[in-house]
Amino acid sequence: MALARYVGEILLSFTRYLGDLSLLAVETIRGVFQGKIHWRLVTRQIYEIGYRSQLVVLITGAFTGAVFATQTFFQFSRLQMDTAVGPVVSVSMFRELGPVLCGLMVAGRVGASMSAELGTMKVTEQIDALRALAVHPIDYLVVPRFLAMLVSMPLLVAECIGIGIFAAYLLTTKVLGVSEAYYLHNMLYFTGGRDVAMGLIKGMVFGVVIVFVSCHQGLNAREGAVGVGRATTEAVVIGSLFILVVNFFLTMTLNIFFPAGK
Amino acid sequence: MTEHARPREVIAVDNLVQTLGGQEILRGFSLKVYEGETLVLLGRSGGGKSVFLRHLIGLMQPVGGTITVDGLNITDLKERDLAKVRRCMGMLFQNGALFDSMTVADNVAFPLRERGETDEGLIAGKVDKALQMVNLHGQQQKMPVNLSGGMRKRVALARALINEPRCMLYDEPTAGLDPIVADSIDVLIRRLQRRLGVTSIVVTHDMKSAFAIADHVALLHEGRCYFYGTCDQLRASTDPVIRDFVEGRSHEEP
Repeated sequence: MALARYVGEILLSFTRYLGDLSLLAVETIRGVFQGKIHWRLVTRQIYEIGYRSQLVVLITGAFTGAVFATQTFFQFSRLQMDTAVGPVVSVSMFRELGPVLCGLMVAGRVGASMSAELGTMKVTEQIDALRALAVHPIDYLVVPRFLAMLVSMPLLVAECIGIGIFAAYLLTTKVLGVSEAYYLHNMLYFTGGRDVAMGLIKGMVFGVVIVFVSCHQGLNAREGAVGVGRATTEAVVIGSLFILVVNFFLTMTLNIFFPAGK
Repeated sequence: MTEHARPREVIAVDNLVQTLGGQEILRGFSLKVYEGETLVLLGRSGGGKSVFLRHLIGLMQPVGGTITVDGLNITDLKERDLAKVRRCMGMLFQNGALFDSMTVADNVAFPLRERGETDEGLIAGKVDKALQMVNLHGQQQKMPVNLSGGMRKRVALARALINEPRCMLYDEPTAGLDPIVADSIDVLIRRLQRRLGVTSIVVTHDMKSAFAIADHVALLHEGRCYFYGTCDQLRASTDPVIRDFVEGRSHEEP
């Protein structure tokens, strides 16, 4: 009985949480169309989210591509399939590794700073001050971050994928000695627009997930510094878990529209 | 101000009920505020004064009761619809609530820019005037983190006043300030009322400040309006609860 109640309570609070996130999403979309868009803040957020996350994303992409290529090469070379490393790395980077790893890195870097900033504003009454000055906090704080993320995330994912594939190419052809011509030919033959579309759509969805989870945590922070700390941790943890779970369902759904392979 | 010649009601609160964390903070609080007057709301710390004040500008939704501002019932208004009401009101928060990522000048100019003012020359002029009014001329480029508590409060006051609200809400405007700065804030509240006819509601437990600025005084006690009247009536009251509050007696043995 106690177990059933425990599970029930968890389910209920999870449902409530999803409801809260949906309300935030609806209010944000309403803000985009009905509220005043602060373009100056959108630009600043593109700088914060997009421009300043590049180093993290590039390093993640490069080393993931390189290590994945190496492991694939070790296995495939035993089957005399060295030149298949190209398409395997490229398709995996586009479809899964690029968007997911980039999403996780951005959830850590940007999600944490968003929830900490909004959380501090909440506990120091700055959000109430916005409201008292007749400025909707969603319009002023969430909408610019949402729009900036829509622009930045696909670009970051593209960078992550691009450098990953390039690192894999360099390593496989220059260090491991696979034929450049076959590598490139096979890679281009097996990678298509559908893989690119899948990667970029996933990236955009993950970006939206990060914005809503982090802003929700920040806007609901309570109890001073401890509350802001908790909100920040939860934003990163929940954001990262959501990315992994959403990725599974997204893969299933997008596979219908962009089936893998030729 | 006599009973017969009272001006128009700006704010009418009827039977307000609010619970926080399972505790009933307001238990049917009713109050009327008239145009152009300064009403001081007294009460113990943690007694729900600030909670009450937050309801008047729609920052909190009550559990029960109604709040009418300028004849409009704001109790069930949505966040976006509240903007109209809030544009005529200003609020001074207890700790100022300045935007810490902006300079003093940007903080004070914020309401102007949000209302679509783009003429930077005009904005700078108005900011200058507002800062002069609170004796902070020349502090435009400082960041809020580099200001003292009193300065922060005065910047917040300049920000709240820059759009010339018809009604001002002050949450403990003199708490934590030295007596001279506290007095200058009292003088400023009085001046705004006299010169611009601003209706003011001041939440405080500073009795000196209350007597200096109030047209009417209300005492919030155990979630209800325990006393409402003028300063003279408050001074003359023989009610033990009121006397304890006015004279600051706790009845505890040393």
